[in-house]
Amino acid sequence: MSIILDHVNYIYSKGTSDEVKALDDVSFEIPDGDFLGLIGHTGSGKSTLVQHLDGLLKASSGSIYFNGEDIYDRDYDMKALRGKVGLVFQYPEHQLFEEDVFKDVCFGPKNLGLSQKDTELAAYRALKDVKLPDELFYVSPFELSGGQKRRVALAGVLAMKPEVLVLDEPTAGLDPEGRNEILGLIKELHDKQGITIVLVSHSMDDVAEYADHIVVMDKGKVFMNGTPKEIFSHASKLETIGLSAPGVTYIMRRLKRAGFDVDTTAITVKEAADSIIRAVNHA
Amino acid sequence: MLREITLGQYYQAESRLHRLDPRVKLAGTLIFIISLFISQKVACYAVATVFLICMIRLSKVPFGYMIKGMKAIAFIMLLTVAFNLFLTSGEKLVSFWVFTITKEGLKLAIFTAVRLAYLILGSTLMTLTTTPNDLTDGMEKGLGFLRLFRLPVHEIAMMMSIALRFIPILMEETDKIIKAQQARGADFESGGIIKRSKALVPILVPLFVSAFRRANDLAMAMEARCYHGGEGRTKMKPLIYKAWDIRAYIILACYLSLVILTAVISPI
Ligand SMILES: Nc1ncnc2c1ncn2[C@@H]1O[C@H](COP(=O)(O)OP(=O)(O)OP(=O)(O)O)[C@@H](O)[C@H]1O
Ligand SMILES: [Mg+2]
Repeated sequence: MSIILDHVNYIYSKGTSDEVKALDDVSFEIPDGDFLGLIGHTGSGKSTLVQHLDGLLKASSGSIYFNGEDIYDRDYDMKALRGKVGLVFQYPEHQLFEEDVFKDVCFGPKNLGLSQKDTELAAYRALKDVKLPDELFYVSPFELSGGQKRRVALAGVLAMKPEVLVLDEPTAGLDPEGRNEILGLIKELHDKQGITIVLVSHSMDDVAEYADHIVVMDKGKVFMNGTPKEIFSHASKLETIGLSAPGVTYIMRRLKRAGFDVDTTAITVKEAADSIIRAVNHA
Repeated sequence: MLREITLGQYYQAESRLHRLDPRVKLAGTLIFIISLFISQKVACYAVATVFLICMIRLSKVPFGYMIKGMKAIAFIMLLTVAFNLFLTSGEKLVSFWVFTITKEGLKLAIFTAVRLAYLILGSTLMTLTTTPNDLTDGMEKGLGFLRLFRLPVHEIAMMMSIALRFIPILMEETDKIIKAQQARGADFESGGIIKRSKALVPILVPLFVSAFRRANDLAMAMEARCYHGGEGRTKMKPLIYKAWDIRAYIILACYLSLVILTAVISPI
């Protein structure tokens, strides 16, 4: 069970003077239970790509298979797909509209045709999952802080009990604490509930820390595809398309050049710290 | 999907028409519209057709692109044509059930359709070749004399240019919100009229919220840069007529005279 993209192309404003080829022959697989980090320079087509995963945009050519079924088949149930693939947009708080938080979170499951009781249960669970304090359940979503709104929006998608959760820059514009909380939450959903995660991010540090698998996009094409260690071992290649390796990787290289016996493939702060402590103790 | 509507949008190209002073284009559109209403003679429409085709060719805007924008109003056109066709009394041509088509009705329907289409093509051509900023600049300067009657011309022009500027932004925003709600399983396509209008709430509320937020931000940004209305305000690129603008006025005058002349002397 997985998502397979097969030679997907997408062109915005097809047939006009401002045609943009946003996806160019994109093929890769997202296996079940994966934690995929999707990175790329701004305008590389990440948001366009993730909108294909739940059928909001239809590829100009190519196919997408969800659990072995072609989602562009005429009798494919798009609505069911949108229940299974939860997409959280960049700045999702802009989609809130109900008079209180709880009702807003109920919107998704209600659309899926769940009964009143199941809907409310799903909404309650989702709000608990995102750790929103109980006293905020019945206030207007517009009165919340940015980070709280983001959680409510995330809960709105989680309440649909997706098998795959796609997040387009979920931490944009949040402070470090809010960022760690949201990412921690996503990690928890992945580890405890086994949800497949696709995380679009501009932060190499975050992707290195959380993802099991990375796809690098450049100008609508898949530039690299591999494990974080593989991807970040090619720092200079990443630099040619405006990306970089995580900050700690550069520190490790500096230390190595300065004569310390450290592990230059370390990509997270924890790995780096362990390796440095070992090297220092050894010396 | 909302981006497909070309009506009132700018099309980037390098053409003589794009470079003309916006005042000339405004006047030209007005003259073209007037010329359509001068007479109902076929010859006059022939002149207008030639003029319109020349202008479209000159603008370098693909014809298909212009037509695409007209799809949005095809329904209104069809309705007017139908009204003219069935509700004009006169010499009977054909009749079936409760409908009767008369010779006068047929003629009127054809003329109305052509007139409407030309009207829309003509004004679309203007907006396609003129940026919203130029357009409002042209209006502000062209209608500047109204200031004598204490009309706040600058403020009106500023409001118009902001409104025009916001159209694509809000369309993009609507597109985004629709997608975000669709991702939450919202369904805008099925159900009766009540269900469908209810389905609009999840789009309209966030859209209004974002429109107010943007308006607020813009007002703040303008104030932070000391905007204080039109009093004593100068332009970075003042509009000045160039040789080609004068020539364009002459061509327009010739065109109008030709239409009037045709209306007077042509038998049909
Ligand atoms: N609605 C649209 N209409 C036309 N072109 C678009 C539209 N949305 C995106 N594009 C273009 O498609 C390309 C890919 O955009 P996309 O939003 O997918 O990039 P991204 O990788 O998500 O960037 P960012 O990191 O800034 O979010 C860009 O060149 C962009 O200008
Ligand atoms: Mg994006």
